[in-house]
Amino acid sequence: MLVPEAVLDRAHEDVHKTQPWNNPDAVPYIRFENVTKKFGDFYAVDDVSLDIYRHELFALLGGSGCGKTTLLRMLAGFEEPTSGKIYIDGVDMAGVPAYERPTNMMFQSYALFPHMSVEQNVAFGLIQDGVSRAKTKELVAEMLALVQMSKFAKRKPDQLSGGQRQRVALARSLIKRPKVLLLDEPLGALDKKLREQTQFELVNIQEKVGTTFVMVTHDQEEAMTMASRIAVMNEGVINQIGTPFELYEYPNSRYTANFLGQVNLIEGVLIDDDEKYAIIKSEEGNCEIYIDHAVQGHRGMTFWAALRPERLRLTKEAPEDTKYNCVSGKVEEIGYLGGISTYHVRLESGKRIKVTEPNSTRQIEPRYTWEDTVWVSWEAGAASVLNK
Amino acid sequence: MSSDKLTLKQKFDRWMIKHGRVLVIGIPYFWLFLFFLVPFLIVLKISFAMAEYAQPPYSSLFEWIDEGITVTLNFGNYLFLLSDSLYATAYLNSIRIAAISTIITLLIGYPMAYGIARARGSVRSVLLMLVILPFWTSFLIRVYAWIGILDREGLINAFLLWTGIISEPLIMRQTEFAVYVGIVYTYLPFMILPLYSTLEKMDVSLIEAALDLGCKPWQAFAKITLPLSLPGILAGSLLVFIPAVGEFVIPELLGGPNTLMIGRTLWNEFFANRDWPIASAVAIAMLLFLVVPIMWFQHIQSKQEESQS
Repeated sequence: MLVPEAVLDRAHEDVHKTQPWNNPDAVPYIRFENVTKKFGDFYAVDDVSLDIYRHELFALLGGSGCGKTTLLRMLAGFEEPTSGKIYIDGVDMAGVPAYERPTNMMFQSYALFPHMSVEQNVAFGLIQDGVSRAKTKELVAEMLALVQMSKFAKRKPDQLSGGQRQRVALARSLIKRPKVLLLDEPLGALDKKLREQTQFELVNIQEKVGTTFVMVTHDQEEAMTMASRIAVMNEGVINQIGTPFELYEYPNSRYTANFLGQVNLIEGVLIDDDEKYAIIKSEEGNCEIYIDHAVQGHRGMTFWAALRPERLRLTKEAPEDTKYNCVSGKVEEIGYLGGISTYHVRLESGKRIKVTEPNSTRQIEPRYTWEDTVWVSWEAGAASVLNK
Repeated sequence: MSSDKLTLKQKFDRWMIKHGRVLVIGIPYFWLFLFFLVPFLIVLKISFAMAEYAQPPYSSLFEWIDEGITVTLNFGNYLFLLSDSLYATAYLNSIRIAAISTIITLLIGYPMAYGIARARGSVRSVLLMLVILPFWTSFLIRVYAWIGILDREGLINAFLLWTGIISEPLIMRQTEFAVYVGIVYTYLPFMILPLYSTLEKMDVSLIEAALDLGCKPWQAFAKITLPLSLPGILAGSLLVFIPAVGEFVIPELLGGPNTLMIGRTLWNEFFANRDWPIASAVAIAMLLFLVVPIMWFQHIQSKQEESQS
């Protein structure tokens, strides 16, 4: 609703192929229909409807207890929904036990069988299905090559590092060529460096095998790097579904804006609106905010302007026009991160605004210091306007 | 700070840091030496003596002859154990009864341990408490209670006669069946507790992973749960088997005259026949029978730990 027409209006044939969710004729591969899951009186998942398309790498993103893992476990067959339907490739999954579902799961703890070697772990699903010994051997070798673990085939899980275990878990869950691969915090147990590297590897493997991936994560960076689309969840409900771009640029709520990246939320009241623009007057922001598009709402309504720290400009002198989108304050905190610096600017109202600036040129000394009076300003299109 | 200015407390603390480890380990070792190894050596000594009508009722191994010490070892007791088939029968019977009891205990204990390990937190502690609860009553009283239950005029017979299912009372006491009941009942907690501790540690997601990869629940049990609980099965089995072999009270109170077990034989030699050397030889032989499986168990365990590290 708050997404400008231009973004939605790009539906042409290419887009239909790469973005099936924008194609009204596309048939979803996985469908949640009004799914609710209660544990006692607690609604873990509350009336969720969600379509996921073939070949997607879909991420369920949210804090702990938001219901994302429950949703994944219902897909795997470890939990049955209290009400609602789940379809995979058109088949109703109600009453289908985990061992008969066309899904495989990569567990957060990896759940590698400690009494079996890497090879035996990966072969487990095939042997279970009665695949011949020769064929199993061939497929296991192929899969271990894909995840670059051929050298470690004879090792036991406890002789592997965290990253190696992660690869074995991936190989084991992929070997049966499931229709859907479920990943529960796939990179949660890895350290930062390894995680970044593995993110791209996972995406590459997904592109190679073409399996539909559904991933649960609490890490917004991980979700944004890897996913084709993300569902942001909170308290058992899906807050917003969209591509990383859509979610970051056009969040529909303060929750989503806060969850993906960093944001300054400035509360204000709509004082003027038109077909082409809107003006929000903010008490705590000490300024009037000019928006370059129409806002759905009436005058006097409360809105929040969401401003990303990197879209804000920091200057020592006041800009030419200080009427709109401009406020002064004092530098309170400075974080020098090398490539960028972050500044916390305290406004007269006491509100703190976070600004990040790239250090694109080499300076003799830092540009700003503590208690410097500075001006924070932004373009008319920088703010997204939220009403909840 | 120079060391000669240390207070007494500091000196003591430093001494403890240096030698405390030895002290802590040393005390139980000293205890075991005094109350296990020394008595064992005394029994070992007696087993090489000859029976005498004297006080004590056995010959001395050491004699002063011509200002020298002579040691007389008598292997006759051990040869006697081999020559009289009574002892071999008693040993084999004990091992058979202990082995069958261990298997029954395992079959009953495994599902119980599994159930406790998978129960919710609050229920779990109650169930564990119930397993341990019988230990608060004397072992002897509990075995006596079984007499009241299994006797000819006991509870079971009274109930079955009352319902009319049987017209003649069943003979249950003074049979091998009663011995099994007694052993299984008494030693069940020793099977459940080690099984519980291995099952409880097991990651539930391993089972889910097996289901996810196509295993039906019973296949997941056979391929994952069972092999991973093997150390618990082994520990529990030894904890039941070893004391059951030497069990005396249960066959004495619940078994019949035909239930020949080595513990009873031992008692008879000591107290009825007053043949201490033979009794000692029986005890030593039994110990060897029991030490071998323990050594084997420890060997397997250390090998497992090696392969894991």
